[in-house]
Amino acid sequence: MSDQTVDTAVDAGLEAAVEPVPAGAVLQRRPWLGILRNALRLGRTRIGVAIVALLVAIAVFGPLVAPHSPTEFVAVPNSGPSGDAIFGADALGRDVLSRFLHGGLTVLWLAAAATVLGVVLGVVIGLIAAYSRNWLDDVLMRGNDVVLAFPQIIFVLLAVSALGPKLWLIVLTVGLTHAPRVARVLRGAAQEVVERDFIKAAEAVGEKRSRIVFGELLPNVTSPLLVELGLRMTYSIGLVAAISFLGFGLQPPTADWGLMINENRLSITVQPWAVVLPVLAIGLLTIGTNLITDGIARAAIGIDRRSER
Amino acid sequence: MSKLIWRRLALGVLTLWLISLVVFAAVLALPGDAATAILGREATPDRVAALRDQLHLDDSIISQYLQWVGGVVTGSFGTSAATQQPVSELLSERVGNSAFLVLVASIVAIPLAIALGVWMAMRRDRPVDHAGSTATLVLAALPEFVIGIGLVLLFSTSVFHWFPAVSLLPPGTHAWEDPKVVVLPAATLVLAVTPYISRIMRGSMIEVLESEYVTMARLKGLPERTVIWRHAVPNAIVPAIQVAALQLAWMAGGVVVVEFVFSFPGIGAALVDAVANRDMPVVQTVTMLAAGIYVAMNLLADLATILVTPKLRTAAR
Repeated sequence: MSDQTVDTAVDAGLEAAVEPVPAGAVLQRRPWLGILRNALRLGRTRIGVAIVALLVAIAVFGPLVAPHSPTEFVAVPNSGPSGDAIFGADALGRDVLSRFLHGGLTVLWLAAAATVLGVVLGVVIGLIAAYSRNWLDDVLMRGNDVVLAFPQIIFVLLAVSALGPKLWLIVLTVGLTHAPRVARVLRGAAQEVVERDFIKAAEAVGEKRSRIVFGELLPNVTSPLLVELGLRMTYSIGLVAAISFLGFGLQPPTADWGLMINENRLSITVQPWAVVLPVLAIGLLTIGTNLITDGIARAAIGIDRRSER
Repeated sequence: MSKLIWRRLALGVLTLWLISLVVFAAVLALPGDAATAILGREATPDRVAALRDQLHLDDSIISQYLQWVGGVVTGSFGTSAATQQPVSELLSERVGNSAFLVLVASIVAIPLAIALGVWMAMRRDRPVDHAGSTATLVLAALPEFVIGIGLVLLFSTSVFHWFPAVSLLPPGTHAWEDPKVVVLPAATLVLAVTPYISRIMRGSMIEVLESEYVTMARLKGLPERTVIWRHAVPNAIVPAIQVAALQLAWMAGGVVVVEFVFSFPGIGAALVDAVANRDMPVVQTVTMLAAGIYVAMNLLADLATILVTPKLRTAAR
């Protein structure tokens, strides 16, 4: 029994001595490429990519192939499908298909911008908090708690009520509300890395703190970072579309998926297409991004973490 | 036990105070003169003066904040700039409706989600588990208004005509007096929160089912039902309680969009109207309420965790 213990201890010692690099440290130049490649081997990721590609194509090229102008009156309000308007006319008599084809781009870029802003902010806050391990950590986390206490949509509405329905404000507030959620996850992931030897080695060599945080720490939290990116994109699309659906995004007469649902929801029984098309598009888009996120999570971490939003 | 709880309480109060600063700052962020910004350019000087007086705009910022926060603490939230009604009077009926909606949704969602999670864990990697995992993945992705409109399309317009598409209530009646109007909004919330709780329950349950004491219980010859519900579930439920509390807090924001979809007469729909009218006293009140619910839910989750985790229960004493 005791021999065995000694053996294992010796083995462990040997392993530690032979091991050329600290376990877990990133050696690849582009760790995220490997994760994405592994994720793409999964069926769910491929389905997600196909769905997202289709909807992005509709949003980007839709305006080029739309048969009518999105603001042109083509038929009797709420009239059903006809030869000229395949999906009928909306509550004001505009072509549903043309408005649908014109209405996707804004949601996409607003959501993407908010996601990038939120994830970048969150990564910076999370990594600095994890690395500092002192009062700065406490202050950053307390600030996090305050923003976390606002349901995201309510925080956006609070800002909109004061400053009006501005697109930049939506990007800013959606991004800001993502940041503490991302920061919490990244801080948790980075806290384990901070304790590793290669960080201590970098400190001993006298590397600059900013280089340690973004050169040593950041590459080692690539997996949670990629998962957060996908997760936040999914929620950004939902939030941006919801704000627009509530009437605080793009203003009429612009064509926009969320706004279309708002404008036509009262005539849903007579002319369902004007609601069905944008609802389907937003729903499919979020399902697609979530499938991709799930694939990345499985490829990178091996588990799915989506216990909260 | 008390020290840990007092610490949490103190942190909760500190967070609430910081939140109140943010909510108060929204009025300061109004462009130009706050009273004119709220009432619009056509407002009579009398009304602007009255609102300036009500918001104490002529006092210093610190005094404005103290008066406002004092009002919040004592339950007087000011007067609605749009309807001239006291905010508390304007919202009291709606708070009841929203609370009822959230209550119905949680009473259905939490046990359903936990049972679903246990069921999926017990049939791990079998077709039921895969189907459940895909369904929760899809549902978790969908924004709540997409779920809500999907339900309207299915159950009140084209396919079935079971429930009303809009939750109209005559003034003075409460949601619980006409349960039919609550079904679809509550179902939307249930579908929105269930995936999160059931996924965490499944994961935690799988971990517990692989533990040695569950094997031990089985080897002792206990009936499977006892093993699952007496031994495994109580240990697996802690993370699910945490997530359930977070989902309840999320509903404080989720009701905004869901109530708007169904024109449900609750505080969420009131918030949307108030934002459109720049009715800052109402916006501030609803925002404080939602944030307060979040802080309270987190506290409750911590308390519940301490109470159901034997290790913490004794350590905290």
